[in-house]
Amino acid sequence: MTTEEKHPIKKVNIICAKGTIEDVYATLVMGNGAVMEGMETNIFFTFFGLDAIVKKRMDKLHTAVVGNPSLRLPGGLRMPTLLGVIPGMESFTSWMMKGEMEKLDIPPVSEFLDLITAGGGKIYACKLGMDMFKFKKEDLSEHVNDILTVGEFYELAGGEGSQIIFT
Amino acid sequence: MAQKTYAGKTVDVNEEGYFTDPSQWTREIAVEIAKEEGILLTDQHFAIMDFLRNRFNSGDNLSIRSINHSGVIDVKTFYQLFPGAPLKKATRIAGIPKPASCV
Repeated sequence: MTTEEKHPIKKVNIICAKGTIEDVYATLVMGNGAVMEGMETNIFFTFFGLDAIVKKRMDKLHTAVVGNPSLRLPGGLRMPTLLGVIPGMESFTSWMMKGEMEKLDIPPVSEFLDLITAGGGKIYACKLGMDMFKFKKEDLSEHVNDILTVGEFYELAGGEGSQIIFT
Repeated sequence: MAQKTYAGKTVDVNEEGYFTDPSQWTREIAVEIAKEEGILLTDQHFAIMDFLRNRFNSGDNLSIRSINHSGVIDVKTFYQLFPGAPLKKATRIAGIPKPASCV
């Protein structure tokens, strides 16, 4: 491949609409990775994804233990859905997942937002989602740059070499 | 494998310009590589590069998060010292391999 044929990604715009540990971390890892590569990075949180930027909720995300066929017990056996209904199982599983991530130097959500914004990444909240869940600006992390409508997000995502990713 | 000459010394580098033998690195060499990146090295640059080299030598993972825990500088300053892709630039200038890290 010659240099002329290369079209490097210059700008990454990520939309996060779900609030489980795995959905939010997929967004944060991809977003932080883009910042580390020197790309302009915008992350737009909407619907349940807003939990990742709501101060009181961001470090208390859970993963689903019911209806999650990918979830396995230590040792590799599938976790039976009926086990998931045991009280405390969701908290325990989420706690274990966070422990495993910590070992790989993956930070808690609040610290991840610190890293992303320290490198110049921008964080946005969806206006419609905010209205729907009755969140106020004060509920959000101080790292949130603005509350945007869908149209404003698309406007911001424009430009050559720009990509929109929906996690 | 390729070779490059910095500050009068010939060193082994890979196709992306990263050192394949970190022991060939010297501070004078670092100054020359930094020039290629358009960076003028200061004591602060050297302090964080020492941290990265020590961490690499002890086999620890190099992540952007580890910079915040370095006690040398915070991540924001790191991005300012090595603009663009700081971990990649800093490791290349510090004469250690490109970090195989996603965080």
